[in-house]
Amino acid sequence: MLDILLPILIFSALALAAIGAVRRIRLWRQGRPSPVPVLRGLAAVPRRYLVDLHHVVARDKVMSNTHVATAGGFVAAMALAIVVHGLGLAEGVLGWLLLAASATMFAGSLFVARRRRDPPARLSKGPWMRLPKSLMAFSLGIFAVTLPAVGVLPADAGGWLVAVLLAAVVAWGLAELVFGMTWGGPMKHAFAGALHLAFHRRPTRFSVKRGGEGRSTGLKALDLDDADAPLGVEKPADFTWNQLLGFDACVQCGRCEAVCPAFAAGQPLNPKKLVQDMVVGMVGGSDARYAGSPYPGKPVGEHAGDPHGPIVAREGTALVDAETLWSCTTCRACVEECPMMIEHVDAIVDMRRFLTLERGETPNKGAEVLDNLIATDNPGGFDPGSRLHWAADLDLPLIADRGEAEVLLWLGDGVFDMRNQRTLRSLVKVLRAARVDFAVLGNEERDSGDVARRLGDEATFQRLARRNIATLSQYRFDRIVTCDPHSFHVLKNEYGALGGDYEVFHHSTYLHTLIEAGALSITPTALGRVTYHDPCYLGRYNGEYAAPRAVLEALGVELVEMARSGYRSRCCGGGGGAPITDVPGKQRIPDMRMNDVRETGAELVAVGCPQCTAMLEGVVAEDRAEIKDIAELVAAALGDDATPAPAASDTRRTTEEVMG
Amino acid sequence: MSHDTTKQASGGLDVAVLVSVGRHPLTARARRADHDARAVELALGLEAARVRLIHAGRNDPDSEAALRDYLGMGFASLTRIDQPAGADVLPALLEALREAAPQLLFTGSRAETGEGSGLLPYLLGEALGWPVVTGIAAVESVEGGTATLLQALPRGQRRRLRVRLPALISVDEAGPAPRQSAYGPARRGTLSAETRPAETDDALAGWTLEPARARPKRLKIVKASSARERFKAAAAKAEGGGGQVLTDVTPEQGAEAIFTLLKEEGVLRH
Repeated sequence: MLDILLPILIFSALALAAIGAVRRIRLWRQGRPSPVPVLRGLAAVPRRYLVDLHHVVARDKVMSNTHVATAGGFVAAMALAIVVHGLGLAEGVLGWLLLAASATMFAGSLFVARRRRDPPARLSKGPWMRLPKSLMAFSLGIFAVTLPAVGVLPADAGGWLVAVLLAAVVAWGLAELVFGMTWGGPMKHAFAGALHLAFHRRPTRFSVKRGGEGRSTGLKALDLDDADAPLGVEKPADFTWNQLLGFDACVQCGRCEAVCPAFAAGQPLNPKKLVQDMVVGMVGGSDARYAGSPYPGKPVGEHAGDPHGPIVAREGTALVDAETLWSCTTCRACVEECPMMIEHVDAIVDMRRFLTLERGETPNKGAEVLDNLIATDNPGGFDPGSRLHWAADLDLPLIADRGEAEVLLWLGDGVFDMRNQRTLRSLVKVLRAARVDFAVLGNEERDSGDVARRLGDEATFQRLARRNIATLSQYRFDRIVTCDPHSFHVLKNEYGALGGDYEVFHHSTYLHTLIEAGALSITPTALGRVTYHDPCYLGRYNGEYAAPRAVLEALGVELVEMARSGYRSRCCGGGGGAPITDVPGKQRIPDMRMNDVRETGAELVAVGCPQCTAMLEGVVAEDRAEIKDIAELVAAALGDDATPAPAASDTRRTTEEVMG
Repeated sequence: MSHDTTKQASGGLDVAVLVSVGRHPLTARARRADHDARAVELALGLEAARVRLIHAGRNDPDSEAALRDYLGMGFASLTRIDQPAGADVLPALLEALREAAPQLLFTGSRAETGEGSGLLPYLLGEALGWPVVTGIAAVESVEGGTATLLQALPRGQRRRLRVRLPALISVDEAGPAPRQSAYGPARRGTLSAETRPAETDDALAGWTLEPARARPKRLKIVKASSARERFKAAAAKAEGGGGQVLTDVTPEQGAEAIFTLLKEEGVLRH
């Protein structure tokens, strides 16, 4: 009886899955076109899955092994079940292999069940709670129906009642695991996830055999020359189809939620919920069935949307509230943690672009900052002719006077900030002590466009970027060095699309090469316990975790790491224009970060970013650790005989002699 | 605050806003003029009003970018009356306004470029025969041919005014902060050019123009021994205590009094 029922069950499940797949694909295709190499993409799936995705999943060893057993067991069991039970080819070893596969899967599903017994808050509940049972139903069912096939049990063991019961169990398993994959439900992640890996919008974020960085973090440029091209994303269908596919791949594991600084601060953002809301928008309906943590302060069930309706309502509610989008610090912690390689930050910036460029609704100080950037090329609205006032006594060489330099020192908008001026003076002192041939743009420098772009004002970003590129093209230099990771990232990764390709160094990396080359004589001083705060735009955006630590080691400090450091570093709260849009929460992000510092017992926290310095130094607390930029620490270790100004005249004289 | 395009209420109030090309005080880059943008914001806040924007002046790329800033506040079009350099825009504006016949006309109180004399609202009001009200911070209501306005006075005081329509309302920094200008609508909006006869400003042609010098500020010497007194001094109304009102005097007597005052104040040195 089973040998009649099973083929029917298996093939109808496969047929239903195929119908579901067509429906699902049509949902994704509502999005805007985005050309992908179909065959090459599909061919890349195994490597992207086994290497890149596994690399992220393996950060949680237990879960990783659970997934390998369950998913690996299922894929093998399903393939074998089609052959053994679907086609009735149980000869030889196949049936035994099928038993082994379903047993492995069952073992995995026991771990899934254990995890679901008391699940952490970040996991979604709802349909996900039945998944372990479904996994067991499938694996046990297949195991049981395979026993007669290998001859362990007689073919008619238990009679027809047992056969019908077993068939029902197998049907349940097939429903969840085969056509559930394409009709929605927890297993949707397998189908959408595999295709998402194949057709990812950022193929260069994956590693390749030949090596290379496997990193793609620069935002994608809008085509502003095409008057018909939409400015950002207004409705779910404005995303590209492969972005929609990416949202659909979400497993709701909540790793993003666990690392999101805005969520932890009680601001109304939860990356997981945001991605689920995009799925709700793509399918149409309300978020009432979402079974995970809500946006802090926003109950589930009050928002709804459809593929062609607005995501953010002008009045009232739609799919998502604007403040949710403006809470993001673009720290990329969610993207870094996501095992499905979903690009949350791209989506958020896409939606911000629409709010800024089409609606003119950049909140709080956003509009003022953008106006300043348009009128004065800096966010503070300072006189662009006063960019070098802080260095009146330093006699900095202007590249306009010399035409070329080995190092172009990009100062950034920190020139207007008295705290950052101390960092800059230190950096100049170090460069002079190392006899580096450097020059600055001076008043010709403009804001890099980082803040404008992350506030969604792509037009102002491109205007600033093009002008900076035009300025830079007049001069000859080997590399750009900057102490601002935001400028660093934009110059390095985002100017390329507009025609500016440069070799750019963050000052920590450059100082490290100077120290390695023996260009600096460092006298290690006692600094006590020191911890290091990784800036998001240096670490997660550009993968530079080692150089700042190497510099600190060269200074002879006792480095203690915070619980969250390196790729898991917690944002200072200063990125993405978050201090400008200033969405209220329950606590401040920099306060949480300084708590992380306090837990290490460090007396000093080394930083490498003007934003981080400002945010962390703004924390008011008893016994707060001191905040010092790496450049300041290196400058202090050079001793007193290397003050910036006298060394300045020396260097200048020598260069003049050489050039004269 | 939403950027609905031009309010299209039928039978509503006809409103025109005169907008000019502004100039950033630090970088001198062309932009929407601050007072004019506040006037536009005030007009956009009116219920059921058809708001149109009118600009008269020279047409060049800089001015186009600045005018598009106004479109970015949520307008589909702007009427641009092209005038050659050195033209007096008053006659052309008058002609356009007589044709358009708005019930309320908003302007900024003073242009950021050109003469910037602040006289245009008064000259228009005089020529049209309309009441001119200045420094308006809010329009409370427009009913039955009368508008109720709030006029800004120094130190945050407000005066409620009722004015018969049609009327000309000028707006200064007491007006509402203008909404953000959005790139999309600014790029899409049309500048519809109108040609009107231009009259050369003969008086202007005869003048010599030179950059203004910053005027020295009168120092306020505060002798205060307590925080309370310092606060009072800082918040005190700027009033000259020793003034005198002269009435029924001959021009000579008046001039003599002014001359004496200027000498006393050290403005004239001999």
